[in-house]
Amino acid sequence: MAQEPILVVKDLKQYFKVSRSFTVKAVDGISFDIMPGETYGLVGESGSGKSTTGRSIIRLYKPTAGQITFNGKDISGKMSKESIKELRTHMQMIFQDPMACLNPRKKVVDIIGEGLDIHHAYSSMEERNEKVYQMLELVGLSREFATRYPHQFSGGQRQRIGIARALIMNPDLIIADEAISALDVSIQAQVVNLMKKIQKEMGVAILFIAHDLSMVKYISDRIGVLHLGHLVEAGTSDEIFANPIHPYTKSLLSAIPHPNPRVEKTRKSFTYDKKAEGIDYTVGTQHFVSDTHYVLATDEEFEKWTK
Amino acid sequence: MDTRKKILEVKDLKISFKTDGGTVKAIRGVNLALHQGETIAIVGESGSGKSVTTKAIMGILAGNGSIDGGQILYRWTDENSGEEKEVDLVKVDESFMQKEIRGRKIAMVFQDPMTSLNPTMTIGNQIMEPMIHHYGISKDEAYKKAVELLDLVGITDPERRMPTYPHQHSGGMRQRVVIAIALACDPYVMICDEPTTALDVTIQAKFLELVQDIQKKKNLSVIYITHDLGVVAKVADYVNVMYAGKIVETGTIDEIFYDPRHPYTWGLLSAMPDLDTDDDELYTIPGTPPNLAHEVKGDAFAPRNQFALNIDLRVEPPMFDVEGSETHKVASWLMHPKAPKIEMPKELKHRLEKMKEAAK
Repeated sequence: MAQEPILVVKDLKQYFKVSRSFTVKAVDGISFDIMPGETYGLVGESGSGKSTTGRSIIRLYKPTAGQITFNGKDISGKMSKESIKELRTHMQMIFQDPMACLNPRKKVVDIIGEGLDIHHAYSSMEERNEKVYQMLELVGLSREFATRYPHQFSGGQRQRIGIARALIMNPDLIIADEAISALDVSIQAQVVNLMKKIQKEMGVAILFIAHDLSMVKYISDRIGVLHLGHLVEAGTSDEIFANPIHPYTKSLLSAIPHPNPRVEKTRKSFTYDKKAEGIDYTVGTQHFVSDTHYVLATDEEFEKWTK
Repeated sequence: MDTRKKILEVKDLKISFKTDGGTVKAIRGVNLALHQGETIAIVGESGSGKSVTTKAIMGILAGNGSIDGGQILYRWTDENSGEEKEVDLVKVDESFMQKEIRGRKIAMVFQDPMTSLNPTMTIGNQIMEPMIHHYGISKDEAYKKAVELLDLVGITDPERRMPTYPHQHSGGMRQRVVIAIALACDPYVMICDEPTTALDVTIQAKFLELVQDIQKKKNLSVIYITHDLGVVAKVADYVNVMYAGKIVETGTIDEIFYDPRHPYTWGLLSAMPDLDTDDDELYTIPGTPPNLAHEVKGDAFAPRNQFALNIDLRVEPPMFDVEGSETHKVASWLMHPKAPKIEMPKELKHRLEKMKEAAK
């Protein structure tokens, strides 16, 4: 691993103060890194802090504590206007609901070109539009679509527009927050193929946030499993799926429905109850399993689970 | 198998919607049958008409929709006289639907539990409401039954939950409350419209197991609408694959998953990655579903079908019976005895082999 990671997250904490006496610890000390051109999958149930992590990294929230280094620069503390601007060009986000994240009153050409407009990244209107057309073609839409409005597209096409918008700034990292969850199975496959193709062509790194484990396994090189704001297990997708250590990971894996009726009918999912097992995430430390595979546990728990 | 009682039958149902862009023929002749105690699943892409079919059964079609033809037959044994009754839900009037059918005999669970619950009513009152409305029982009785129902759907400490509001519960808990409401009047049929799409995997698994459990206890018939084939594999006895307002393939779960015949079913099965998938590219069905505002000529799937025959573009295929099976039917000209023998894609065949292997 001679390459420098593009993004290093170290002990990130994101708290939300609900009232004077109550603070939600949405993300409570997680660490991971992403290599250039790699896909890192974050999985976990709703409320586990996946989306919050993504949003903290791109600075939609101000992190409570911890350090985020992107391209060698610290982006977690106070930032100058210039560095925020730079961050916004090099890191982009794709959202879950393609209808909600596209301005319904703007034409596609203006939606996709908005980033260029804000950062004055062109010298003439022709140049800007040409760039937009190239992006449209890259995501498999024809250039005639540029003058249409978002409501004239189907869900899958809209998600392509969202991807084109993220790609036009030529980012180094894309955060895809449940980018395919709202789509049909066959459309999901189309969008996933597109993301893989673009990654190959442009070498962009992707932080892929999702709860659909079979999709995450398919697209990701490495996976982090989040539960209640803690990274309970991390490793390459093969390591996690072949040898899950943490009981939460096991319960997640057992919950995936297999499209195989004879197997599925007899299978019972494995339930995980943190309280009943008496696991306290705050006292656990990262234990080494193999190569890049780590699990959050105390010494006794680690021994018990690996037996 | 002769003892199976057909409880609900949809015959050649046709539904259209009037819109500014013309008349949309959303349902173009659907046939379905549901037997007592069994589970059927309707699968298909968005816009294929899955939800519209079930909404027609419940009599809650949108205002611009109209039923142009067909029958929805519902059969039941009268509680008092014990005689067999049958009604055509298409013909009955609104007050009969409200009084006798909706909620009382056929209940529905919707996709998003937050929007289907009333945020200003306690969950207790919401569960008691249908019982008091339909059966006119006293409040105390209804309260007792509501507590039992909450217990049945696996909510711990039911009496303390009764006076809480929906926003105080998580998504999975809310969906349980919705089921409790659906079960309040002891329905015979429960329709679940994408019940787990808004839930995540761990809760989804629990939800499906819960419904299976209740189904066994109450001898309930369930219709699942979903596009998740994993869910279908877990719960369904019979599967109906729907495309552009028609059922294109129907059969038992084993027939559909291990011996699919329609190219669209092949596509659906191929597009879903399982945990063993490591191909460079996922299979996708090319193109998009047809716009049903225009008249469909021939087979609606033909433009997206790489195996389409010439006749597919001209004449709509009828339902062909698959040899050696009473339940498996396919609407594709490929099933015609004179059609060229076309095998399913190699990758899918390989995968089905592996699935059969795993099932042993």
